[in-house]
Amino acid sequence: MIKRPKPQKFRLRRTMMFMNAQKPGLIKDAYIYGADSIILDLEDAVAENQKDAARFSLYQALQNVDYGDTEVIVRINGLDTPHWQEDIRCVVAGGADGIRIAKCESAQDVLTVEEHVLAAEREFGVEEGRTLLMAALESPKGILNAYEIVTASDRMFGCAISGGDFRKSMHVQIEEGGIEMLSARGQMLLAARAAGVQCFDTMFPYLDDTEGFQAEVIQNRKMGFDGKSVINPKQIRFVHETFAPTPKEIAYAEKLVRSFNEQAESGVGVYTVDGKMVDIPFFEDARRVIALAKACGVYKGDL
Amino acid sequence: MKNAVNREIPEELLKDGKEVYQGKYYMDGKYIKRDSPKTRRYVKPQSSKLCSSIRKACERCGAHDGMTVSFHSEFREGDYVASMVAKVLVEEMGLKDITIAATSLGNAQDLIADYIEQGKVIGIQTSGVRGRIGEVISAGKLATPAIIRSHGGRPRAVEAGEVHIDIAFLAASTSDCWGNAKGVGGKNNCGSMGFAIHDSHYADHTVIITDTLVDFPNRPSSISAENVDCVCVVDSIGDATKIATKEARVTENPRELMMAEHAAEVIAATPYFTDGFSFQTGAGGPSLAVNRFIEKRMVEKGIKMSFALGGVTSAVCQLLDKGLVGAILDTQDFDMGAIKHLAEHPKHHEISMSEYANPANKGAYVNQLDFVVLSALEIDVDFNVNVITGSDGILRGAPGGHPDTAAGSKCCIIVTPLTRGRMATVCDEVVTVTTPGDCVDILVTDYGIAVNPLRNDLAQCLDAAGIEHVTIEWLRDKAYSLVGTPDALEWEDQVVAVVEARDGTLLDVVRKIRPLQLDG
Amino acid sequence: MEIQKPAIAGTLESSDAQIVVEPFTDGIQLSIESSVMNQYGRQIKATVLETLEHLGVKNGKITVNDKGALECTLKARVECAVFRSCGASEKNIPWGGVVR
Repeated sequence: MIKRPKPQKFRLRRTMMFMNAQKPGLIKDAYIYGADSIILDLEDAVAENQKDAARFSLYQALQNVDYGDTEVIVRINGLDTPHWQEDIRCVVAGGADGIRIAKCESAQDVLTVEEHVLAAEREFGVEEGRTLLMAALESPKGILNAYEIVTASDRMFGCAISGGDFRKSMHVQIEEGGIEMLSARGQMLLAARAAGVQCFDTMFPYLDDTEGFQAEVIQNRKMGFDGKSVINPKQIRFVHETFAPTPKEIAYAEKLVRSFNEQAESGVGVYTVDGKMVDIPFFEDARRVIALAKACGVYKGDL
Repeated sequence: MKNAVNREIPEELLKDGKEVYQGKYYMDGKYIKRDSPKTRRYVKPQSSKLCSSIRKACERCGAHDGMTVSFHSEFREGDYVASMVAKVLVEEMGLKDITIAATSLGNAQDLIADYIEQGKVIGIQTSGVRGRIGEVISAGKLATPAIIRSHGGRPRAVEAGEVHIDIAFLAASTSDCWGNAKGVGGKNNCGSMGFAIHDSHYADHTVIITDTLVDFPNRPSSISAENVDCVCVVDSIGDATKIATKEARVTENPRELMMAEHAAEVIAATPYFTDGFSFQTGAGGPSLAVNRFIEKRMVEKGIKMSFALGGVTSAVCQLLDKGLVGAILDTQDFDMGAIKHLAEHPKHHEISMSEYANPANKGAYVNQLDFVVLSALEIDVDFNVNVITGSDGILRGAPGGHPDTAAGSKCCIIVTPLTRGRMATVCDEVVTVTTPGDCVDILVTDYGIAVNPLRNDLAQCLDAAGIEHVTIEWLRDKAYSLVGTPDALEWEDQVVAVVEARDGTLLDVVRKIRPLQLDG
Repeated sequence: MEIQKPAIAGTLESSDAQIVVEPFTDGIQLSIESSVMNQYGRQIKATVLETLEHLGVKNGKITVNDKGALECTLKARVECAVFRSCGASEKNIPWGGVVR
């Protein structure tokens, strides 16, 4: 039996890769591609009459496959289906790190899931509060309620927009430049940052359109996303490279952190760098950049 | 008697000067007296060498019981000629005790499996055995053990007289009535005829089988009329569209692409990756995909490849068209693009199997190779590679040029997934050794990279480039932790195949497998 | 558990296994076909029997068509087939109990 370490609410999640929980060949070692998180899917990828089989596969995989440092999230079926309650029991008993709530539209949806997760943790003797949650926002209502959704539970580490369903409900198609989801992405980002949780963009569906994919990833980073869903391992590397801090950003962050440390030791109350006054949030952001650079494997310094 | 790769070779095979394998350079510098064909004189002028049927050609060449015939496998899975000729020999002419010496045998020759079962074909000498032929040999139905040789080992054995070909039946895409023949310009083109050229020099008789007769002289030609006895015209010699098998296609499999990318990183980290380097890839998906990733690294570094060797795909032809490759030396084409490219591009040269890989000539091209990227069915902790038997002990593979390029190159990289289904590719001991471990330098898997301890210099290069690597034992342990430690296969005493090292010494034997019977 | 009606789980894809369970009155009748029989036949048999034992299945005709499935996949397929045969595969599975 594999005993997974306690999930961390805040960790690196540049890529979350979807895998069909029903395919033994896929889930046995999905971690080798280096995605930060994998999402084992009980929802869309699994046919209606195989939901039961997928849960047995998922449970045995969670119990027997060593996913190492890779986070293991499970996408459960929607709250409007007959499947989600057993999904939750299976996921919690199996010891996954977290649950992705599909089609989340309100704080109540989160509370409903949380209630069942807690019940399952008690039933299976899992530490209470261990199982994390994230919300997939797939409708205008979900986006408008983003803030109440991500603040509904302490277990909530972030939210993601799910482009396929969202675009349908908005009567739009995927567009070059992303104009069709610009306000939704922006609104979700605002809600996530206000709540202090992470925010993830939707997957890019056209595997052969490398240019379109890369443009979207670059835009994601510029907008402030923490990561992106991916559907094929070949998408991972570019996302990781794009989300890693640049050498220039790292150098500046390093300078800020070093001068803060020096000045704090000498008891100075007002911080200055290069002769200019600098506010505390700058230092916090600099520490975040250094931590991200370390996690991305691009930091070679000694901080 | 145990050989240098720790394999037990039965004493009864060590006769007529046969020795056990004693290391990759054991035969270096030794002399050999070459065999020569017994050639019929054609003094009296004739108007043409055309024969109205394969049977007529066989009769003119003195086909008889107990003879050895040869075929080339340039049409791979699309070959019609080997089965067509075997049918004439066995069913029309009623011949028996035939030995078939082919450059490879596979699904296209399933008919020959029937003749093995009927006892008409009693000997098989080949570089590859797939499909039903592999199954019937593994089941012990061939009267004498099959002899498995590498692409370089085959011309060596022919020159040494260890296999003397009575009649070579050579499929050719075009021929004139005099027997000048080649693999391009016809209805069904295979491109390079590198596998056939050497046979035409050493066989007592050569029969060209074509479906496109062209005006004399069909020059420049791969096979010269001076070595040809007869020419037969048939409806179709093969289906060229089947040349590109599944193994030879460009992969979209993310696991294979990831491994290929890592292999390219490894190549770029070695000191051989400089302007003028030379390169070969095998036909497996992940090794072929290395072409895609090597291009980027060449452009970044501003270097070019001097020559690409061996089996050729469109991928390497495109590199040449972009000016990144000086020349292609081609023994075999793996897809239609490569076949077309050979016909059209002056820097794309056909070479014979002997020029390519023969370890008993005055220096084969494999000895000039910097890199070769190959696949494996299994690789063990001594870096010995198996490309002939499945983990279940059944013959289903082809050494081809694997042992030759591994031995000749400065850096041999094996690219393979750690497991295939429930089979561990990295294992304690391979079922059969086809390429000795001292020829293999680096292993790239989906779970990590391992460097042969004999090549500490390469390990240091990877360290310097920041490429992580592990021991091969670690990879084996990981494989077994995933799939479970397999039970040892159980064998009968009967030897069904002998694996010759490229220098003619005995590398390993394959015995008849005893299938597991579960009771209850 | 008791096998009440014929049930099937799994596929014939590579790395999977298809398990058919059928009612039978006289103990366990197990037949195994596998693409990795020579190396893993014994382990497959042991895994299937152990899983049945955990589930408390005493009687049943079990047919395994294995395409190189890992042990955890074999277990999951056997469990699913048995629960399906009892019409109990959808809800209140004893995760960590007899399913382990």
